[in-house]
Amino acid sequence: MEKTASPKVRMPINTYKIVQVTIAVLFIGYLIWRIYALAVIEQVYGADSWLRFAVSGLILGSVYAVIAIGYTLVYGILFMINFAHGEIMMLGAYAGYFTLEALGSWIVDPAAGQAFLNANPVLSIVLAFAVGMTTSTIAGVFLEKIAYRPLRGAPRLVPLISAIGASIFLQNAAQLIFSPRRRDYLNPDILTRNTGWTVVVNSKDVVITYTGVFTFVLSIILLIVLYTIVQRTRMGRAMRAVAEDKKTAALMGIDVDGVISRTFAISGAMGGAAGVMWGIHNGIIYHYVGFIPGLKAFTAAVLGGIGNLPGAMLGGMVLGIVEATGPAILGIPFQLKDVIAFSILVLVLIFRPSGILGEVLTEEKV
Amino acid sequence: MALLEVHNINTFYGNIHALRGVSIEVEEGEIVTLIGGNGAGKSTTLNTISGITPAREGQIIFEGQDITETRPHEIVEKGITQAPEGRRVFARLTVRENLDMGAYTRRDRDGIKESLDAVYEIFPRLKERESQPGGTLSGGEQQMLAIGRALMAQPRLLLLDEPSMGLAPILVQEIFATIERLNETGTTILLVEQNAQVALSICNRGYVLQTGEIVLSGTGGELLANKMVRDAYLGAS
Repeated sequence: MEKTASPKVRMPINTYKIVQVTIAVLFIGYLIWRIYALAVIEQVYGADSWLRFAVSGLILGSVYAVIAIGYTLVYGILFMINFAHGEIMMLGAYAGYFTLEALGSWIVDPAAGQAFLNANPVLSIVLAFAVGMTTSTIAGVFLEKIAYRPLRGAPRLVPLISAIGASIFLQNAAQLIFSPRRRDYLNPDILTRNTGWTVVVNSKDVVITYTGVFTFVLSIILLIVLYTIVQRTRMGRAMRAVAEDKKTAALMGIDVDGVISRTFAISGAMGGAAGVMWGIHNGIIYHYVGFIPGLKAFTAAVLGGIGNLPGAMLGGMVLGIVEATGPAILGIPFQLKDVIAFSILVLVLIFRPSGILGEVLTEEKV
Repeated sequence: MALLEVHNINTFYGNIHALRGVSIEVEEGEIVTLIGGNGAGKSTTLNTISGITPAREGQIIFEGQDITETRPHEIVEKGITQAPEGRRVFARLTVRENLDMGAYTRRDRDGIKESLDAVYEIFPRLKERESQPGGTLSGGEQQMLAIGRALMAQPRLLLLDEPSMGLAPILVQEIFATIERLNETGTTILLVEQNAQVALSICNRGYVLQTGEIVLSGTGGELLANKMVRDAYLGAS
């Protein structure tokens, strides 16, 4: 009997893979060295600093998560990146700002000179969010109708360009209408910025701000509500069906255009809430305020696995924490935190384009 | 008046003239079948009725109402549902969620529960796999799910696009037996099939489509006996 020769398996030399592994090894090596240096040699940052970094990372991360949801929802359904989402957030921030200003100048108790804002602080905040979210919802729906719907069925690059155009248009329109002036967000006294609970760590004071806790808690609530809507309601089921297969969804009696509109509405509402939170916590807004957070949240959505809801939430949190602790760990100036965020975008796209939670999605999609 | 009357429809994909004046009728309680080769326009006919690829010319009348320009989701509400070609179950949704999607247009909770029980009675396999994602089912089970999903809307007219595609012969028999049973319990069916032999033997009437035109029509028996049909679609025997 002749033996059948087993074919020789020759491993192809994959230059790309080698570059990938080299970058990974160098980066991880540097990271280990830095952590060792921080812990043993330099010891510049005490426990109080790390707590401060972690807290600000969580707050920032929760806002990123809320914005990232807007990207990922739209991507899940239309496979396009809504680059104007940051501007939707900016519009919400302005709407909330004007609401708070109006309430702040509406004197309800002339004797004490007290405005509605501080007479009814909780109601004022609710109103600011209601107006901010409504504005962004409407903006989101109109954006889809004007800039994206006519391009349905066009190659994927086309709506993307339209999105970038819409983003630039909205920035400039806001600059024209609201003037480029930076505006201080007017918070009610109970949410005065930079005040909060003081924790003593390492015999140093660490302030955990009211606005920060407020932002974090509200973000988590929004994420839970949204996740419940998508997983449990009839509308959520319709959204998931449209995301998977538009034609079949239509054959089930789902109004596909209606679902797409509602997706933009929900995504806009989340953006608007993020805008008001941004104003309340960070204090300053201007026509450009949505741009960088928008890009960061896009990074977060990609990091978590674009199109994947839990992924966007996780990606936002991870990005916030990495951004807050990264400069200290890497030993670079804090001004370079944006570089870290966008380096993550590049690294994710090189090493794991499907993102942290993306794999499950691609497997099940087959 | 027939339940569904399709008058002289012309459908285009861009510049491609896919349907050239197709006219068919489906009476209440019938099984009507549409046979023809690849690219003859069978699926296009169903998709035009469903409103997915609207007709450029012609008229579609369902229960006396003109639905030619009606949007797909409203057509489902009027009582026409489709189990599309290639089954197209929602892979990431569970079997139960897929069936719930079928009842999307309905609001009557009790009625939906009844329909669900009815579908589980016809396809007990689906009940066993209730909480599994649709994508994990076998081809035959997916076909059952696609038909069950279409039934969840309690259609007056059920459109079935190639239910036998890619199934083992034993499963094909099972699916066709189910189709006959559904018809006996009062569902009107418009069936598109490549498997002409089986399709013609269960239908009341049939149409033969060729390059977008109806070239022949008659009862199932007549078409089975027709020389041209035998040569072209049943294999020379």
